[in-house]
Amino acid sequence: MFKYFPHTEEDLQEMLKATGSETTNQLFDDVPEAARLRKEYNLPEALSEIDLRIFFEQLTASGNTQQLVCFAGAGCYDHYAPSVVQNLIQRSEFLTSYTPYQAEISQGTLHYIFEFQSMIAELTGMDIANASMYDGATATAEAVLMAWNNAKKATRVLLSETIDPKIRRVVATYAHFHGIPLKLVPAANGAIDRNALDREIAEGGVAGLVVQQPNYFGIVEDYTGIADAVHDQKGIFVVNANPSDLAVLKTPAEWGADVAVGEGQSLGIPMTFGGPGVGYMACVEKLMRKLPGRIVGQTIDNRGQRVFVLTLQAREQHIRRQKATSNICSNQSLMALYVTIYLSLMGKEGLREVAEAGYAGAHSLRDKLIATGKFKDTFPGQPFFNEFCLDYEGDLDALLDECAAYGYLAGVKVGEQTLMLAVTEQRTPEEMDELVEIIQQHKAEEATA
Amino acid sequence: MNRTLYGNLIFELSKKGRRGYSLPTDYDRSHTTAELPEALLRKEPARLPECDELTVVRHYTNLSHNNFGVNDGFYPLGSCTMKYNPVINEEIAGLKAFAGLHPLQPAETCQGALEVYYNLQESLAELAGLSQFTLNPCAGAHGELTGLIVIRAYHESRNEVRTKVLIPDSAHGTNPASAAVCGLEVVEVKSLANGTVDTDHLRQLLSEMGGEVAAMMMTNPNTLGIFETNVLEITEMVHKAGGLMYYDGANLNALLGECRPGDMGFDVMHINLHKTFSTPHGGGGPGSGPVGVRKGLEQFLPMPRVVQIPAEEEGLESFAVDWGTSVSGERGSEIAVGNFFGNFGVMLKAYAYILSLGRENIREVGPLAVLNANYIKERLKDDYLLPIEGLCKHEVVFDGLRDKSTGVTTMDVAKRLLDYGYHAPTIYFPLLFHESLMIEPTENESKETIDAFIDVMHRIAQEAKTDPELVKTAPHNTPIGRVDDVLAAKQAITTFWKVMKE
Repeated sequence: MFKYFPHTEEDLQEMLKATGSETTNQLFDDVPEAARLRKEYNLPEALSEIDLRIFFEQLTASGNTQQLVCFAGAGCYDHYAPSVVQNLIQRSEFLTSYTPYQAEISQGTLHYIFEFQSMIAELTGMDIANASMYDGATATAEAVLMAWNNAKKATRVLLSETIDPKIRRVVATYAHFHGIPLKLVPAANGAIDRNALDREIAEGGVAGLVVQQPNYFGIVEDYTGIADAVHDQKGIFVVNANPSDLAVLKTPAEWGADVAVGEGQSLGIPMTFGGPGVGYMACVEKLMRKLPGRIVGQTIDNRGQRVFVLTLQAREQHIRRQKATSNICSNQSLMALYVTIYLSLMGKEGLREVAEAGYAGAHSLRDKLIATGKFKDTFPGQPFFNEFCLDYEGDLDALLDECAAYGYLAGVKVGEQTLMLAVTEQRTPEEMDELVEIIQQHKAEEATA
Repeated sequence: MNRTLYGNLIFELSKKGRRGYSLPTDYDRSHTTAELPEALLRKEPARLPECDELTVVRHYTNLSHNNFGVNDGFYPLGSCTMKYNPVINEEIAGLKAFAGLHPLQPAETCQGALEVYYNLQESLAELAGLSQFTLNPCAGAHGELTGLIVIRAYHESRNEVRTKVLIPDSAHGTNPASAAVCGLEVVEVKSLANGTVDTDHLRQLLSEMGGEVAAMMMTNPNTLGIFETNVLEITEMVHKAGGLMYYDGANLNALLGECRPGDMGFDVMHINLHKTFSTPHGGGGPGSGPVGVRKGLEQFLPMPRVVQIPAEEEGLESFAVDWGTSVSGERGSEIAVGNFFGNFGVMLKAYAYILSLGRENIREVGPLAVLNANYIKERLKDDYLLPIEGLCKHEVVFDGLRDKSTGVTTMDVAKRLLDYGYHAPTIYFPLLFHESLMIEPTENESKETIDAFIDVMHRIAQEAKTDPELVKTAPHNTPIGRVDDVLAAKQAITTFWKVMKE
C-alpha cells in the first residue's frame, strides 16, 4: 500500500466484511453507472520522495525560477522576517489544526488570533479587527459591501483613482454582481482630486468613500477633512492602509476612518509569487456587528480561567445563511499567526526601524536615479514613503530587460514611461548602487546604439 | 498537548527596552520620515510588544501546546476532510526559489513556478472532468463566490436576467451566503426523508420560476454524506430550464477514483485544496479554492490567468501570465477576485501531493475514505442513532445517542471525546437533525485508530447511562473547561486594549 494509506489486505477484508461488501467498489453501487469513472486518470504515475525532490529542484534551478534583487512593490514587498517566525508557524499544532470550533483544545489558535486582532487594532487605531481576510483586495471589496449594506438611501460608493488598479478591479467585480454602483474619483498629480471629490459628495447619496494610504503610486496623501465630508452624507470612510507603514504614518482612525482594510503581506511575509499573504479588516465599535469574518473574544471557562473563543457568530454564514454579513469562513489564519509573531519580535521600535530604512533607501535611490539625468519625478513634489514613480526618457521595456539580465527586478511598469520602485530594509546600499550603475551603463549603450 | 492552560498574552510579557530583532544600521540616513509633514504622521507610537527573542519563542511554543492538530491525533471533523498533511510538501512550498518570487516579475524568470501553476490547473481539470480551472480563489467560500460570478457573467453574456439560485435545504450555510454576496436570491429545495434532493419539489420550482434560475448549487455526496443518486436527472432538469449546475467540492474526497463532477453534468465547481488535496488547514487558512468550468465557459474565468504558449519550431512550450486589459477599475468584461493569482504556496503543496500519489494512488483515495466511514457507521449504529440507513460516502451522520434518556446530548459526547484525546466530530450540522454528529475519518486513518475511536464512542455511550454527570461536565482533561459563550458575545472584548480598559 501507498505510504499515506495504512490499510493492509487483512484490514481491508475485515472492514469490508463489517460493511457487508465484498469490494470497495460495491460501496459505490448507489452511484449511477453513467456517472462512474471507468478510465484511468490522465495523470503521471506516482513519484518517490527522491524523484519528487529532483522534480522540484529542476523546476527551481537557476534560469527556470530566478529570484531577482527586488525593487518591485505594487502590493507585494520584499521585507525580512526573523527566522523564528517561519520556524514557529510550522509547529504542527498550529499548522494541522482546523478553525478553532472546539475552544477547549484550540486555545493556541484562539490566543494568537486575539493577539493579531489587538495588533491590527493598535496599528490602525480602530476599535475592533477580525481574524483576517483573504487579501487586501477582497478586504476592500468587503468594506464596500459593508458600506453599501449600512446605507439607507445611497446611490453609489466612491473609489479614489489612486487605489491600486488590481484592487479596484476586484472591488468592481464584487460591486457589479452585488448590484452596487461605483464611481471613480479622479486623481490630480497622483493624489485624489479634492475638487472632484467635493463635487461628488455635494451630489449626495454617497454610501462610502474608499482611499488608499500610501496610495498605489507610493504617495502619502493628506486626507484631512475628508472623513467629516463623508460622514455628513452618513457615508462610511474606508482607508486601505499598508500596515507596515503605520508604525510611522497617521492611522486610519486618526484620519477619521470607520473601516480600515489592507494587505498584511508587508509585515514580513515572503512574497511567494503573490500568496499567501493576509488581508486585514478593522472598524469602529458601532459597526462591530456588520464586520465580516471570524472574531475572537475573551470570556471565562467553567473553571474560572480567562479564555478565548469565537464570538459574535450571529453575523456569520453558518448561522445566518443568506443574511450573513459575508460568506467568508476560512481566512488566512496561519498567516495571521505569521504577522503576530513578526510583530512580537519587531515590536514598537523594530517596525519603526523597518519604516525608516525603507524611507531612507527609497529617497536616496530616487535622488541617485534623478541624478542620472534619464528620469524625472512622475508626480513632482508629492511626499512618498518607500515606493515612488519616475518617468524614464528611453525605452522602459528595454531597460527592464537589461536589469533582469543582471538579476535585478528594477520595479513595476505602471505607465508607458513610468517605472515604480520600492525599497525595503532588505535592499543593501551596494544593491542600490549596482542598480544605478546598470541603468547608467544601459544609458551609455543606448546613446551609442 | 497541555493538561493545564498556558494563558499569557504576548503583551503581558512585554518590557520596555527589550527587542527581538536586529537590522542593518549602515545605510544612508540623509532622509528620515521626519521630513514628512506632521499632518501625515501618527501621534503616538503603536503599542506593540517589546520582547527578547527567547521570550517570543517560548510564548508561541507554549501556546501551540494548547492546540490539537492532525499530527496529535484522530480528527474526525465531518465535512472538513482532516487528512494527513505530508511533511515533504511543506518543505517544497518553503523552497527559497519560490518564496522569493515577486508576482509581477517577468515570465521568463519564473517559468518553473508558472509550470507548476499551469500543470496544477490541468491536473484539477482532469480530476474534475472539466475543461479549465482558475487557482485564484483563496478558500472554498471564495471559490463559491467566484463560481457564481462566472455563472452570472455567462447569463449576462446571453442577455438573460436570471437572479435566483436553487439550494437544497441540507446545504452548508456558505452556499446561501455566497449567493447573497453575488446578488442572487436563494430558493430552497426540500429534501426527502432519505436526505436527498426532492426532485418533485425541484421540478415544481423549475416550472414556476425556471426562466429566472441562474443555477442550482449542490454538494455530492451531500452534507449527510449520502450520494445524490438522482444527480443525472437533476442536472438535466436544471439545464433544460436554462440554468447551470454548480458543484460544491467540499465533499469531493469521497469521489476520487470513482466519479467526476463533470461527468455528472456539473458546469462549474470549486475544489478545496485544503481538504481533498491534503494542504494543511492552518487553524483556518490559508486554503485554496480553485474553480473549474466546462467547455464553453472558460472566457468567464477571472483574471489573471496562467496560460501555456505553444512551442515554436523545435522550441519548448512556455508559460505566461495573462493579466487582462481592464485594470482600469471599470469592470469591462473581465472579472478579478484577488490581489494577484491566489495562494501559490498552497498550490505547491497540492501539486506535490498529486505527484506523490500519482494516478494509481489517487484512485484509491475515495474508496478507502468511504470504506473507513461505512465501517464506523456499521460499528456505531448500535449505540448511536443512524437516521438514514444504507451506504454512506466519506462521512456518516448520527442523530445523537440512541438512548437519550439520561439527557446526554451530542455536545456532551463531543466534549467527552476531547478527554480521550480525540478531536470532536462536526456537531449540530447538518441542521436536518437535532443532534447531528458528523464523522469523517479520511483514507489516512488505520483500522487500529478507528477501532480505538469506536471503542471510546461505545464507552461514552455506556458512561451516558451509568454516569451521565461525568459526560455532561466534560471535558475534564483539557487545558480549559467549557466556555461561557454568552458572556463572550455580551462583553465583546476583542482586543487587549479593551482588556486593559475593563
